[in-house]
Amino acid sequence: MELDKIEKMLEKYFEATSSVAEEQALREYFARQEVAPHLQQYGPMFGYFSAAKNERFTGEVPLKTRKNYTKWLSVAAVAVLVFGIYFGKQYQEQQQAQYAYHQTKEALRLLAVNLDRGTEKVAYLNEFETTKQKIYNND
Amino acid sequence: MKQSEFLNLVMPVKDKLYRLAKRLLVSAEEAEDATQEILMKLWDRKQHIGNYHNIEAFAMTMTKNFCLDRLKSRQSSNLKLVHSNYADESASLQREVEIKDSLGWVEKIMEELPEQQKMVLQLRDVEEYDFEEIGELLNMNPGTVRVTLSRARKTVREKLIEKHSYGIG
Repeated sequence: MELDKIEKMLEKYFEATSSVAEEQALREYFARQEVAPHLQQYGPMFGYFSAAKNERFTGEVPLKTRKNYTKWLSVAAVAVLVFGIYFGKQYQEQQQAQYAYHQTKEALRLLAVNLDRGTEKVAYLNEFETTKQKIYNND
Repeated sequence: MKQSEFLNLVMPVKDKLYRLAKRLLVSAEEAEDATQEILMKLWDRKQHIGNYHNIEAFAMTMTKNFCLDRLKSRQSSNLKLVHSNYADESASLQREVEIKDSLGWVEKIMEELPEQQKMVLQLRDVEEYDFEEIGELLNMNPGTVRVTLSRARKTVREKLIEKHSYGIG
């Protein structure tokens, strides 16, 4: 490219009246080996801009973890809840059955005690009966 | 919006966001954090993204505001960060070392510019935006953008010539 054209573009560049395409052409010119000696001082400027364009974001895009985390959290919560209700209910039923069993056992025990007491009294009655028979027989 | 759709929208923009963040915050680590933060914010607002006619301009504005806030809070807490990360310049010339040095100068010179000039220079000379786009991003009219840009370029030139005539890095 002719030198005076480059010089004109440079002038426009520093007045910021050049177009994007002209600035592109300038960067291309300064990227080449044969830069006119009196223009070499501008080289680093355009070189730097070209280099800066190639810088990349190397970090992670942090979407996946955050999203899945909440999703799985709710799934886990529901699972815990369901299991909790299921096993809780089972446990409760077992407890109730045990309670009923103990109650029944207690009731039966009471019944047995009273029955025993009853038979003791009946034993007296038997005594009375045998004594009575004796008396009748003696007569 | 699905994750893959979102990524397709955001992937071409993320490097630009990072470069703008790094231009303002200087430290690569901080710039990376800022970029991640912006991407997360965008993801949270993904339902509304359809409404923003231009996701790139929207994301760039978010990045700009985010970084300026960071700088403000950094200033108020009197925290100064020391950093020494200069980008991998891949100029394939024989005078590579020499040029690497002088590219480093340009980066340093740009660090000393006022924020507005930094951003205008970044958006124009690195990202090749036109004046209307830059004006929209920075709430300036295109005329002011042009003046700011010219001023920034001239400052870089002056300081570069200063260094050049001293002949030392």
